[in-house]
Amino acid sequence: MSNLDDTAGELRDPEFDDVASRPHRGIWKSLWHDPMGRSGLIMLGFVLVVIMIGPLIFPFDAQSFGTSAASILQAPSRAHWMGTTELGQDVFRQFLVGGRISLYVGLSATLIAIVLGAGLGLISGYYAGWRDTVLMRITDFFLVLPTLPLIIVLAALFGQSILVTSLVIGLTSWPQTARIIRSQVLSLRERPLVQRVRSLGAGDLRIMRKHILPNVAPLIFANLALVLSGAVLAQAALAFLGLGDPVQVSWGTTLHNAFNSGAMSQGAWWYVMTPGVGIVVMVLAFSLVGHSLDRVLNPLLRGEQ
Amino acid sequence: MSVRYLAKKLTTLVVTLYVTVSFNFLLFHVLPGSPIQLLARSGHYDPAARAQLVKLFGLNHSLFTQYFIYLKNMLHGDLGFSYVFRKPVTTVLGGAIGNTLLLVGTATLVTILVGVWLGVMAASRAHSLTDASITVTSLGLWSMPDFFTGMILIFICGVWTHILPISGLVTPGLVTGPWGHFVDVARHLVLPALTLTFVNAAEFSLISRNTLVDVMVEDYMLTARAKGLRRRTIVWRHALRNAMLPIVTATALYVGMILGGAIQVETVFSWPGMGLLIYNSVVQRDYPVLEGCFLLFAIAVIATNFISDLLYQVLDPRVRRT
Repeated sequence: MSNLDDTAGELRDPEFDDVASRPHRGIWKSLWHDPMGRSGLIMLGFVLVVIMIGPLIFPFDAQSFGTSAASILQAPSRAHWMGTTELGQDVFRQFLVGGRISLYVGLSATLIAIVLGAGLGLISGYYAGWRDTVLMRITDFFLVLPTLPLIIVLAALFGQSILVTSLVIGLTSWPQTARIIRSQVLSLRERPLVQRVRSLGAGDLRIMRKHILPNVAPLIFANLALVLSGAVLAQAALAFLGLGDPVQVSWGTTLHNAFNSGAMSQGAWWYVMTPGVGIVVMVLAFSLVGHSLDRVLNPLLRGEQ
Repeated sequence: MSVRYLAKKLTTLVVTLYVTVSFNFLLFHVLPGSPIQLLARSGHYDPAARAQLVKLFGLNHSLFTQYFIYLKNMLHGDLGFSYVFRKPVTTVLGGAIGNTLLLVGTATLVTILVGVWLGVMAASRAHSLTDASITVTSLGLWSMPDFFTGMILIFICGVWTHILPISGLVTPGLVTGPWGHFVDVARHLVLPALTLTFVNAAEFSLISRNTLVDVMVEDYMLTARAKGLRRRTIVWRHALRNAMLPIVTATALYVGMILGGAIQVETVFSWPGMGLLIYNSVVQRDYPVLEGCFLLFAIAVIATNFISDLLYQVLDPRVRRT
């Protein structure tokens, strides 16, 4: 084992290992130097601080309702920074808690989608042949199915807990990732280093883990941010359509309540804008980081600038 | 376009449609928690009623036989019976499909025009301030859920001012001639179509921009510039023509997205199309209608992809010759 490691190290192909040997700090640095990436990271940091620390300072009591007619749908005031809901609950406090659910579902769905997509892409690209044909046919089929309608159907059939929502979004968001990873792996497997390592007797699993995966890792990372923004949007749409978890109130659920309680015709803009802006900022942060990573990692585009 | 290519594409189309229909069967009839199974298993029926239901839905047959009955019904255009409307699903869908086509068609047309125009503006001044602001604005708009954009427009045009109607297809109780009816529908169409356009034009401008930027560095673009052509001519006549192919492909892929957007937008604006039908059938647990809508959406996307494949052949002389 260790022998093989040493040999492989000596055989390092400078061109091939360009991305892998580039320390990950380098990616963060170029991300920070890209205006798009920097604004994305700053927004992301802001969102994370607000929804992680916010609820600790301003806890939300789901059981506390307004007790008088005057306490419902109040405009923003010193007591209620972002006004109150149709039940007299504090919009700002609900917003802080709701962000956690939105992020939680987004993250777990993305994890499922990335593991599935990257895994299938890796197998498909590495083995080629019939496995590739079969897997890519399946991928193309799911790529063509309209995603949001499919997610809605699945959620309507299998329930509304945040676990089901994460599963449903995760299981429908992988095809694009699989395609991207596959095409990268296809070119990697033909590079001299892989051929040399293979001739030294390294097994498929070992080659994939040690030499292919590290080289597609940055690509997976860039894709992760984009899948995340899509997952947060999908969760918001599901919750808005009444397919969210009725107990765990996310930003989408708040918007569902605002819409269905007729708060809009009462002019309660604070009720709609607070969670809505939350979703936009979170999604924008992820997509800025994703697009920026895409640019940073794509040498062709970088050379052009 | 060669006959062989067409035959190959047609085969793929038929296979994909078949798989889609089977996938639908799996979702709605086989998987645990599928509505048909739940219906017959509900504890509130007396044995006679249950037996009636089991027979009505063919649950007494093996799954294999059920599958063939399902396929046969599909081929006869029988999508089942709506629980809520008490009408065949095809009748229910027939009443909604035109409205969705009107909304999605209008939005797609405006999206392509505006999106490509913005993309050209950004690409022809690549890496300038205009480019950056178009890209950032597009990303911002792309990050907005369709339903949220719709809600903002409702506040602006329907709550704070009363410029445009915010709900439905026509003004209830309005009696006018055909022209008055046309104007009324058009006014109701503005906000939902605008909402769909906002989000999707953003996506479209990003795609066109990136494709165009790739084309702009090609050698023939340098030739065109060397000939002393004006920048506008170069971009619109030379670059855009070559960038058309990826844009056509993107349009096909984007149909799935715009249908997803239509569900949200029709819900927000109570536009009586298939999106609102999906929303209502989810709320009322009207599974046959939900199944029919999903199938129709899937077929629409598959058909669009097929057409874009053929269009690709017609548009690209290099592919045509081989």
